[in-house]
Amino acid sequence: MKVRDKRRHIPALVWLLSVIPIALVLSATGRYLEGALQGYFFRVLMLSGIAIIAAVSLNVVNGFTGQFSIGHAGFMLVGAYASAGITVFARPHLQLALDAAHVPASVQPPLGFGVALVAAALGAAVAGLVVGLPSLRLRGDYLAIATLGFGEAIRAIFVTIDAVGGASGLHNVPLDTNFVWVFLGVISVIVTARNLALSTHGRALFAIREDELAAQAVGVDTFRYKVLAFVIAAAWAGVAGALLAHLNQGVDPKDYGFMKSVEIVVMVVLGGLGSVTGAVIAAVALTWLPELLRPVQDYRMVLYSVLLILLMLLRPRGLFGRKEFSLGSLFTFRKEAAPPRPGKEAG
Amino acid sequence: MLGSIYALIALGYTMVYGVLRLINFAHGDVYMVGAYIGLYAAQYLHLQTGEGVLTPPALLLILLIAMAGAAALGFLIERVAYRPLRRAPRLTALITAIGVSMLLEYGGQIVFTTTPRAYPQLAMAEKSRALVLRGVRIDWVDIIILIVAAVLLITLQIIVHRTRPGKAMRAVSFDREAASLMGINTDTIIALTFIIGSAFAGAAGVLVGMRSQSIEPLMGLMAGIKAFVAAVVGGIGSIPGAALGGLVMGVSEEAVHAVYPQLTDAVVFGILILILVLRPRGLLGGPAMEKV
Repeated sequence: MKVRDKRRHIPALVWLLSVIPIALVLSATGRYLEGALQGYFFRVLMLSGIAIIAAVSLNVVNGFTGQFSIGHAGFMLVGAYASAGITVFARPHLQLALDAAHVPASVQPPLGFGVALVAAALGAAVAGLVVGLPSLRLRGDYLAIATLGFGEAIRAIFVTIDAVGGASGLHNVPLDTNFVWVFLGVISVIVTARNLALSTHGRALFAIREDELAAQAVGVDTFRYKVLAFVIAAAWAGVAGALLAHLNQGVDPKDYGFMKSVEIVVMVVLGGLGSVTGAVIAAVALTWLPELLRPVQDYRMVLYSVLLILLMLLRPRGLFGRKEFSLGSLFTFRKEAAPPRPGKEAG
Repeated sequence: MLGSIYALIALGYTMVYGVLRLINFAHGDVYMVGAYIGLYAAQYLHLQTGEGVLTPPALLLILLIAMAGAAALGFLIERVAYRPLRRAPRLTALITAIGVSMLLEYGGQIVFTTTPRAYPQLAMAEKSRALVLRGVRIDWVDIIILIVAAVLLITLQIIVHRTRPGKAMRAVSFDREAASLMGINTDTIIALTFIIGSAFAGAAGVLVGMRSQSIEPLMGLMAGIKAFVAAVVGGIGSIPGAALGGLVMGVSEEAVHAVYPQLTDAVVFGILILILVLRPRGLLGGPAMEKV
């Protein structure tokens, strides 16, 4: 007898097929929205989406796997430079190639940006591997410090390269980030995280979080899984960085420093470590909070930090703990242990 | 002597980490506030003569005032923000520390304004004056920093190893629960740790103000991170380690800065990564223990 398990995987093909029509509809409404919504509101909306991508991806490392990383902004910077490299420097070559392949001119810009996003993800994933291999041998606070060091080192290295603008960063990056790209990114990162959490790999990650030694004892290759989680998170951070660069129309290395990493960590912890919905809500809330506090001008960042301290004092386990926020059974995704499946062993 | 300043700040990180296993992100900002307290003390107590010049006793007084002020701030932070979270997950305390750090930075920008302020100089140690020893030029201000830092470090070593509270502090850092069972009031000891660490940061703030001649509210951010890196390089939890780490970081930073200034930060964090990979417990850290 098979017990109905409500927590189901969404196969990649299914969600891609279902998301693409939505995206096409949104593309039309999105263009309308971009006009209707004031530039400022649109920008904050985009920033929320980018924050969600960064926070949900960091949650895979910090929340699912229990490894503490505070260098996420470094990977965003890699993604930002990788994508800007394509849209700024390689675009003429890309255009020639696309013309040769008889790709209609109307789909060329989005295709180019798509390539740039993939490059951002790949570049950041490679950086994640390079950073992860040595540092994931460390645990706890030492890992946190190592990721901090790598995050700052990545930035310090880019600043010395004059070809990408040195300390003043890159300019003239096209404004390619729009509603559709950010929307697709947000949906994909959430689906990735959710599917990962429900997979065998996800179980291995949770096992590492709960007790690394025990996980190792039952045969989980803990190091491999930690690197896997780290690389996945880095790739998505790269996408977030690419979207941010093409929203700001430039890459300023100062924007991707330690404070940015900290901001993302705060979102993850505030939302509740390991809770995907918590990370989403905290990312949106923390992006809007400083904007809502704009009327009080100078005092807004002071209020922001006071609110942060109060929230941590009053809700030490984050807004949602490890639970997921759900609307009935529509989106049931619980962390509690599944009921035993009778008959499996006997059969 | 950037190294001695890093060493002084690194001590606070190391001591707090020792007793609480908490990375006190607000520590760099306590150092910034210490520098401002020193500045205001010099201005309002009329300790500086004419062109912002201090006499040696005035400097001593300013140092003591800044240390007392920073200590009070450290005590307050521990009391309000960290003590209620003693039983919460450690990450929560970490985020709270980040919140406190941001509060001090942004609050500092309002209270002290964002414009850099000129710092009073010691009469004999004005930037132009230097001691020339066999052709090697050493600024007087650096010599004073070295002396103050050395005196403070030796005092701390005596406090920790020769007094009863020091013994209690070592016990708490070894095993807090066991220490508490032995009749040690751990809360008092933790508060004391914050007071001493913050006082040292306050002294570092005054010294760095004299050296760089100006201070601003965000000066604690990078100095804090680098001092923390120094604490890790030396072996976090170890007081001589913090001093050594501070010297290593300070000397290498100044050396690289002289040759290839753009690479300074890359080298600083490169050293950190190298140490973490090769000797995760730091230069003077004990052997790694795995608790099962």
